[in-house]
Amino acid sequence: MSTEITHGDVHEEHHDHGPDKGLMRWVTTTNHKDIGTLYLWLAFIMLLVGGAMAMVIRLELFQPGLQWVEPQFFNQMTTLHGLIMVFGAIMPAFVGLANWLVPIMIGAPDMALPRMNNWSFWILPFAFTMLASTLFMEGGGPAFGWTFYAPLSTTFAPDSTDFFIFAVHLMGISSVMGAINVIATILNMRAPGMTLMKMPLFVWTWLITAYLLIAVMPVLAGVVTMMLTDRHFGTSFFDAAGGGDPVLFQHVFWFFGHPEVYIMILPAFGIISAIVPTFARKPLFGYSSMVYASASIALLSFMVWAHHMYTVGMPVAGELYFMYATILISVPTGVKVFNWVATMWRGSMTFETPMLWALGFIIMFTIGGFSGLMLGVAPVDTQYHDTYFVVAHFHYVLVTGALFSIIAAFYYWVPKWTGHMYDERLGKIHFWWSTISVNLLFFPQHFVGLAGMPRRIPDYSLQFAEFNAISSIGGFAFGLAQVFFLYIVIKTIRGGVKATDKVWEGATGLEFEQLPSPPPYHSFTVAPQVK
Amino acid sequence: MSSTSNQDYYVPHGTNWPIIGSIGLTLTVVGVANFLHDTWSATPIFVGLAIVIFMMFGWFGQVIDESLKGMYNPQVDMSFRWGMGWFIFSEVMFFGAFFGALFYARQYSIPWLDGASNNAATAELLWPDFEASWPLLSVPLAEKFEEAKQAMGAWGLPALNTAILLTSGWTVTLAHWALKRKDNTWLVYWLFATVALGFGFVFLQGVEYVHAYVDLNLRLDSGIYGSTFFMLTGFHGLHVTMGATMLLIIMIRAAKGHFSPENHFAFEAVAWYWHFVDVVWLGLFIFVYWL
Repeated sequence: MSTEITHGDVHEEHHDHGPDKGLMRWVTTTNHKDIGTLYLWLAFIMLLVGGAMAMVIRLELFQPGLQWVEPQFFNQMTTLHGLIMVFGAIMPAFVGLANWLVPIMIGAPDMALPRMNNWSFWILPFAFTMLASTLFMEGGGPAFGWTFYAPLSTTFAPDSTDFFIFAVHLMGISSVMGAINVIATILNMRAPGMTLMKMPLFVWTWLITAYLLIAVMPVLAGVVTMMLTDRHFGTSFFDAAGGGDPVLFQHVFWFFGHPEVYIMILPAFGIISAIVPTFARKPLFGYSSMVYASASIALLSFMVWAHHMYTVGMPVAGELYFMYATILISVPTGVKVFNWVATMWRGSMTFETPMLWALGFIIMFTIGGFSGLMLGVAPVDTQYHDTYFVVAHFHYVLVTGALFSIIAAFYYWVPKWTGHMYDERLGKIHFWWSTISVNLLFFPQHFVGLAGMPRRIPDYSLQFAEFNAISSIGGFAFGLAQVFFLYIVIKTIRGGVKATDKVWEGATGLEFEQLPSPPPYHSFTVAPQVK
Repeated sequence: MSSTSNQDYYVPHGTNWPIIGSIGLTLTVVGVANFLHDTWSATPIFVGLAIVIFMMFGWFGQVIDESLKGMYNPQVDMSFRWGMGWFIFSEVMFFGAFFGALFYARQYSIPWLDGASNNAATAELLWPDFEASWPLLSVPLAEKFEEAKQAMGAWGLPALNTAILLTSGWTVTLAHWALKRKDNTWLVYWLFATVALGFGFVFLQGVEYVHAYVDLNLRLDSGIYGSTFFMLTGFHGLHVTMGATMLLIIMIRAAKGHFSPENHFAFEAVAWYWHFVDVVWLGLFIFVYWL
């Protein structure tokens, strides 16, 4: 127990400490730990909802032919699955981790703007209720894919699209406020001695992520606003008959969408950069190069958006530029993977659950990265475009990448948050169950994609039957594994072996070295001195 | 880097305002969506907006109260500064999306519809009579749109509005100088001038819109020129209205003696915002009206 905590008690009458009782605690809270918890639970619920939709998709694709659902409903499932996983599961989970971790990693008393922090969260349940309610509206929910390309989302879309548009507006407001809070916290609330280049990489990657969020969420708001006016007020942004262009939609969308991809992976890089050194018992190899690589990835992310649109008929010069710029991203990404491997080189490695998930991340995220390289090459992408190869690629990056890192972060920091160790045996079962099933799920999709199976179609040619059946079995098993994860989470919160303050033998950082497990409701009421 | 110890950083305990704001926001947008489908009247929209405005008065009122009580140390002030600065950056990016659409239409989609680059077949097959031009008055498919008779010129009202907005940028700076030399009288006067110029700008913009609709038949549904014209100037006008309203509130607060030469971030935040709408206008004047 560190002396700082005892000092904090002296100021008991200055701030009123400790949470309120009852349900209203969670509605009115301004505490970064409470809000982090709310974000993480919302993300988990959304993961299960979006996962249930994925189960519907895999059920329909288990066999060729139409068996279970109408094609229109299938389309609603693929659309909402994507939207909910991106905006409801992955992003809120990372914001929840930022809320929990950034203040205790930099020695701050809380987030910089605690009331706004509450609002960032409490917009989201409303936004997702709106989004989910579209399923029950006349004409059904949005069925145009999570990328909602015009004119599918303008001329030919169901009425519920307007509710989807406003839900996106609300999510955007929430994300921008959350990101402003993270930046203000990191730039203004660091403890004395915590210089920028001493910050943990999770803090660095979140600083860069927050910058990306503030830069591109308003662009998303702009594009859905153009959709709204095209639908109802006679504008012609995406209508060639009035001088606009449906392809303009894709440009504006992907100007948001590509940085969005890095919004969902940069915090993951920060998590892996925390876990690998702990269990290799060596400092992170190439800290400063990690920082510069993250910044380069962020900068490049603004200049490569049209690699999602190689087949729309861009001028060749455009295709070539976007191809070269895209391939350039593999350099800073390669630096990161190299550094993680170099950190492990000759380390005293142990393989507790968080490390297993981190290693799974490194290997399988790299697989997703390699298929991304293939897709980045314009002439090759012409073949792969809109096939299951693309689906396989981005699920390796987002499931075995982003989601695996979030689960790794849970196992790594949950003893700190709750004061309880998770059950190591169950954690390992969860890892192997998930890893085997996720590869059964997504690896065959590379093959069917290369052979030409299109994405977002509920039926397929007989030649793809075996791989799709394998994929579906993997999908059901992976879905079940995450229900098992829910059990582990609840079990860990309710009890378990008492965690030490340091939790891990090789752990470093303020949260492990200067705070008890669990930390008090208000930590670092006196700023620690960082050497 | 923080120079003060953490127990001086004010961390509020609990707040009701965000959930009220969320309810208001949600009611507003659900109201708009239902209004567009003729399932609800416009009433829920106004109720929702009223809740949002109530929330803003309550929330900002509480912050002002705490600020006047001296509960905010310089580090809290710096958090507000970062917050406002990045908020303005997000607004810049929002306008960026619409400027991007404007540039794309002018540089790519319109010339391509007329066969530029490698699009000869597109032009031939779709609308062979279409001729690229900017401002685009004759759209490819005339019967679908209300074609504008004439484009909006730059050197009438828009030029006057440019002068008004630039002048208001100057008067808000004069107000700041008055504030810094503790001259509360001139602070209020210059703020009043700024507010008057701001609302004057909005009024003239309204006159210009009437002229566009009535005389020029330049409308929101006049094709991509009307779309970009009204969406860019419309969102800008909305921001001027919000900025002028914020300045009005700052003026009232200044008259109550809320600001001191050392402690007046609310004033500065609104002044930053005012300069931001000013700069956006310059972009609009150049690319929407002039060139």
